[in-house]
Amino acid sequence: MPLLEITDVKASYGSHMVLEHINLHVDKGEVVSLIGPSGSGKSTLLRLIVGLLPLAGGSVRLNGGIVDYASKAAVRALRSDIAIVFQQYNLFQNMTVIDNVTIAPTKIKRRPRTEVEPYALELLARVGLSHRLNSYPSELSGGQQQRVAIARALALRPKILLLDEITAALDPELVSEVLGTIRELSSDGITMLIVSHEMSFVREVSSRVVFMAEGRIVEAGAPRQIFDAPLQARTREFVGKILRH
Amino acid sequence: MTPAGHFFSYYDILLLGRGFLTTLALALIGCLAGCAAGFAAAILRTTHSRTPAPVRAALIAYCMLFRRVPFLVTLMLVFFAIQSMNANLSTFAVALISIFLISTAYLSEIARGGLESVHENQWQAARAMNFTHWQTLRLVVVPQAWRVILPPAFGFFVMFIKDTALASQIGVMELTSAGKVLGNKGLSAALVYGTILLLYFLMSYPLSRFGKRVEGKLAAARNH
Repeated sequence: MPLLEITDVKASYGSHMVLEHINLHVDKGEVVSLIGPSGSGKSTLLRLIVGLLPLAGGSVRLNGGIVDYASKAAVRALRSDIAIVFQQYNLFQNMTVIDNVTIAPTKIKRRPRTEVEPYALELLARVGLSHRLNSYPSELSGGQQQRVAIARALALRPKILLLDEITAALDPELVSEVLGTIRELSSDGITMLIVSHEMSFVREVSSRVVFMAEGRIVEAGAPRQIFDAPLQARTREFVGKILRH
Repeated sequence: MTPAGHFFSYYDILLLGRGFLTTLALALIGCLAGCAAGFAAAILRTTHSRTPAPVRAALIAYCMLFRRVPFLVTLMLVFFAIQSMNANLSTFAVALISIFLISTAYLSEIARGGLESVHENQWQAARAMNFTHWQTLRLVVVPQAWRVILPPAFGFFVMFIKDTALASQIGVMELTSAGKVLGNKGLSAALVYGTILLLYFLMSYPLSRFGKRVEGKLAAARNH
């Protein structure tokens, strides 16, 4: 049984359909990457999964159970299993690095600080930020902020981590430090659903790659299939353009 | 009759002291109560889904209206409204209610601006981590909004201390009224109004200093 299963999902902004007939599953331990041109609905899909956007049709199953997005309790349960990291990091500007990472586990999940804090310190060490515990987000570089955001998401002990173009807002020289962190996570077996434009990274870490265009899934398969031998002309065109750059 | 050129008598000083305290009480109580109510109104306006639309519309209309009415007019309105209800309220209470009405409208607008200055992505991150609306406000948004709210709020307080002088128009014996009484007694205008000027300054200057210190502290807590 897949950990996350998306069946015939639709989404719309007003009368404009932005996602149609989306079928996708993520198994435990898999890293699935969504690629495709801007505006193809990749980020919309992630937002929809965590309930930040309304579903216009279809269903999302988590651990086999259908998620009822109309129920607050169901959405809460979903969000305690799925964490999302945003393109703009979205760190809480009024909190230090360590507080950003511990706030949700202590204040929202109400776990004891004695248990949360050592884990937070361990995560921050893992993303290489042990020396910036008491810094505020505004004092950090974009790459550092994004690594804090990753630690903050992991501190929730999610079953799935969603990464929404997490390197898109970074200066090129900061991209590699963030991707390095994700690479390590993937080798630890953390289940991830990634939206990214970093093709060599996607190719390297993904178990499966899903190519989307105009709100639909065009093709899905192993990285080698998508990048080296795409079956669809649309995929070939996109991959050809991207790899030539 | 005290002839011009004489200094304040003991009773004159008492009168000034009482006027000073009355002005201070009007400004302080009126503005603090207005601060609480204005903040509450601003918070209600952030709850798009939970506060019924008519309540939100009423709040918005209230803030629009009372920020555009001169204080003197509000004062007269409250004065005559209360008279027509035959309620036996002191003029001090009338002035206090008027100040409360105005400061609520202003501070609600100032607080709303502060709350809205916090980036939408902060709400989004909190929502994705299961914060409730109130938890997001308390832990994330309000702590960031203070920096934006406090400077204009203190500016409003300082400005409003001066406006309390209008309460003399309905017979509240505050600082300006006390000045008029002493002037009528024949004391030199320079002495009387010089003293009054000094007393108003003594009230508002420490407040603006305090405001600056708080702002400095808040800024330091974020970027040290």
